[in-house]
Amino acid sequence: MMSEEDTVGMTSGILGVARRDLLLAWKRPGDILNPLFFFAMVAALFPLAIGPSPEQLQFSGPAVMWVAALLAMLLSLNSLFLSDFEDGSLDQMLVSPVPLSALALGKTLSHWLTSGLPLVIVSPVVAITFQMPFAVTGYLMVTLLLGTISLSLLGSIGAALTVGLHRGTALLSLLILPLAMPVLIFGARTVSLVAAGDGVAGGLYFLAAYAVLTLSFAPFATAAALRISNE
Amino acid sequence: MWKFIHQLASPPHFYRIAPAFIRWLAVPGLLLIAYGTYAGLFVAPMDYQQGDAFRIIYIHVPSAYLSMMAYMIMAVSAGIGLIWRIKLSHAVAAAAAPLGAWFTFLALATGSIWGKPMWGTWWEWGDPRLTSELIMLFLYFGYMALRGAIDDTAKADKASAVLALVGAVNVPIIHFSVEWWSSLHQGPTIIKEGGPAMDAAMLYPLLAMILGFTLVFGALLLRRVRAEVLYRERRTRWVKEMILAGGN
Repeated sequence: MMSEEDTVGMTSGILGVARRDLLLAWKRPGDILNPLFFFAMVAALFPLAIGPSPEQLQFSGPAVMWVAALLAMLLSLNSLFLSDFEDGSLDQMLVSPVPLSALALGKTLSHWLTSGLPLVIVSPVVAITFQMPFAVTGYLMVTLLLGTISLSLLGSIGAALTVGLHRGTALLSLLILPLAMPVLIFGARTVSLVAAGDGVAGGLYFLAAYAVLTLSFAPFATAAALRISNE
Repeated sequence: MWKFIHQLASPPHFYRIAPAFIRWLAVPGLLLIAYGTYAGLFVAPMDYQQGDAFRIIYIHVPSAYLSMMAYMIMAVSAGIGLIWRIKLSHAVAAAAAPLGAWFTFLALATGSIWGKPMWGTWWEWGDPRLTSELIMLFLYFGYMALRGAIDDTAKADKASAVLALVGAVNVPIIHFSVEWWSSLHQGPTIIKEGGPAMDAAMLYPLLAMILGFTLVFGALLLRRVRAEVLYRERRTRWVKEMILAGGN
């Protein structure tokens, strides 16, 4: 009976925090749009640097878009816990009866909904400029969908570790980028393999497995990191 | 036995007995390295395929192995410090990181020098071990940067411990994904380790170097931990008493 109450508390905790963060994001749409513009602009930088040849763009498209998506995710991570840290909401979460890992999961969920999912949605538009065929674009969206989940979760650990530190953004990138390399490797290479007409199941399985792995351990690491950062 | 381990976790006790350990690790370690260097350069026969260039493995292999070993030591002692709140093991983790980063750098540099005559290029993205070693170096940088960014030592210890543990979970995954990634394209043929059996005259110096590097690494680590302990305990009474008594 006790455990039943606990689970109810946990679910409502996750959803409550997620709903609150989504509402906050809705009131400040710039926070969602800026990383998206950043994504589109970084993706536009590469054709300007590489040259207009369609073959080359088609060849480098998956890699460029994945790197741009990774950087755009990083950009929005810095503010994940920042405003809560500054206005004291984070202290309330620390003393809340709901497990901190559940609240961290709720915040990560809303972060993914406001940064990962929009990237997945706008990626076809950017893909068109890279002459990407429709079938390949579908796979690009699937890899981004699975990959951004892991990136949000991994990133929440880094954001929790660096919350309240002054040299936030650069430090956060330094912590998260090496950990994010498996996601980048499997995400970008899988799309390249599709474009080359190869089998892709392995890459997608890996991305899904990695998303499940990070989903199972990242909330606890984030909670531990938040406790340490707020001592 | 248990009493010995418990006493070891006490900073003043560790500080007093560490020099003896350092001596017993450093002297045999340096002797082994001296033997390994001499035998590796002059006694071991030339490789029939690689000529004299193969001799760099006498530095490369021990460094590469220690770069992983140091990360393991760092993560395990960070975990022990986080779970059982042993201050000394946080000091071990802090001391292991720069050493590990240097050995990683050494492994990368020697690998690259070896690659120039063998592959014809200083850097070969097609070799998964080079790439994962590079990511390893970035992991060390991240760990040290996080530690450097937090002023409060106790907080830096715990935060970096979380990072070290997350990194430790990821190291095998990174290694695996880099291997998958490099297996996709047909690169130049890479000479695989453990192909033909190694001649004993080549193998013994290598084993001596690995053991010697490990012992010297242990001595360096203890020396760094000792300095770290002294710094962390600089405001305590035992340090004051020791300095007033004229000890070091």
